[in-house]
Amino acid sequence: MDLKKASFWGYQRENGRVGVRNHVIILPVDDLSNTAAQAVENNIKGAMAIPHPYGRLQFGADLELHFRTLIGTGSNPNVAAVVVIGIEDQWTQRVVDGIKQTGKPVVGFGIEGHGDHETIRRASQTAREFLQHASELRREERPLKDLWVSTKCGESDTTSGCGANPTVGNAFDKLYPHGVTLVFGETTELTGGEHLVAARCRNDEVRKKFQFVFDRYQDVINRHKTSDLSDSQPTKGNIAGGLTTIEEKALGNIQKIGRKCMVDGVIDKAEMPTGPGLWFMDSSSAAAEMVTLCAASGYAVHFFPTGQGNVIGNPILPVIKLCANPRTVRTMSEHMDVDVSGLLRKEMTPDQAGDKLLECMFRTANGRLTAAEALGHREFVLTRLYESA
Amino acid sequence: MIHFVVHEEGDGVGVVVVEGVKAGQQLVGWIMEDDKEIRMTAKSDIPIGHKLALKDYKPGDTVIKYGVDIGKVVAPIARGEHTHVQNLKTKRW
Repeated sequence: MDLKKASFWGYQRENGRVGVRNHVIILPVDDLSNTAAQAVENNIKGAMAIPHPYGRLQFGADLELHFRTLIGTGSNPNVAAVVVIGIEDQWTQRVVDGIKQTGKPVVGFGIEGHGDHETIRRASQTAREFLQHASELRREERPLKDLWVSTKCGESDTTSGCGANPTVGNAFDKLYPHGVTLVFGETTELTGGEHLVAARCRNDEVRKKFQFVFDRYQDVINRHKTSDLSDSQPTKGNIAGGLTTIEEKALGNIQKIGRKCMVDGVIDKAEMPTGPGLWFMDSSSAAAEMVTLCAASGYAVHFFPTGQGNVIGNPILPVIKLCANPRTVRTMSEHMDVDVSGLLRKEMTPDQAGDKLLECMFRTANGRLTAAEALGHREFVLTRLYESA
Repeated sequence: MIHFVVHEEGDGVGVVVVEGVKAGQQLVGWIMEDDKEIRMTAKSDIPIGHKLALKDYKPGDTVIKYGVDIGKVVAPIARGEHTHVQNLKTKRW
């Protein structure tokens, strides 16, 4: 596929970023505000609440990550406008101020002193105005480099490593030279293949940073593990699918970064990359956590290869699923966007599989709903670093 | 017809990519990186996605896949046998 003049149709936001969806979201700051947020969603048809269970008595780095994830979610270019609802005014305002830096419409509502009814009434007014504003925005043709693409695999099996993940790698290798901003992560799922990622780092500085976050996460595992992680990593699903050890799983995982891309930088969870290239995000390997962090970092389209059949979606980030396991493609077809099982029958080359994924990426970017979107999968899972106070 | 795939020459295991492989069945394998064909006889029933050994292993041996160490053998494995958690373990964690 010649991508030299490739373009897509997206929504250019106030800060120059380009989104492929036009969501108006109702974003709760904390667990207590979910009810009001969902009531607003019910009142205003087309607005979307993103409920979650956290946001109270968090502190330090864990609280910073909470704010970064919420602000990042609201700032994502797939979001046109945001209504923020929190129990208290101050933290609500902090999220509003963070999102406001993008220049997009955002208003916050604190529940204390007003109650749910009054908050829902006022927030619904604003949500309606935002939705009508968003409904008049139009897609514009934008160059490929304006698209940010993330990846994370899940419910992997051995077919992931020889089919679906190398397909993502092929697509990444094709996107990389065109200045697309890419990301992968899953720190502990590189165990056994970390030397291969280190070797792909752009320079010693990036390599040092990568090694630091990798070693830090290994310490977390070693501190909390019981005998070994065999009950968790690989997962029961991985093992049912034929994956035996973390090393084998990691080597399959790493196929997603292709053969030519260099790792240009390392970012923290939900941190925004500062330029084009392939970024490594220090992150959990749990599917919904990682995809939520990708959305919060500003990514607009996600590649999700699976083997045994993960069903994940995200509220604001279209998740494109691809699979090379013929049994999964047959038994879970409603979840799959791209079937690359032909790879394992030698009916399709890796190059053709990569093109098939890219074709789906362009169609998705231009507005076609993914299977996860059509099915209503909106997994939004905040990463916690430690206990609340 | 391809029954199993091998990532690259030198790997010690292949991945079954069809359903219903039975012990005694003649299998055709494809070494993807080198585009070569190999033949094996299955010594166990092997589910889709699971591995078969391409050589004999004894406990303590290292298994190579993708050209890289994927763990240590903890029970003898014969060529053509199902290779999984019952005979292969991680060296990490």
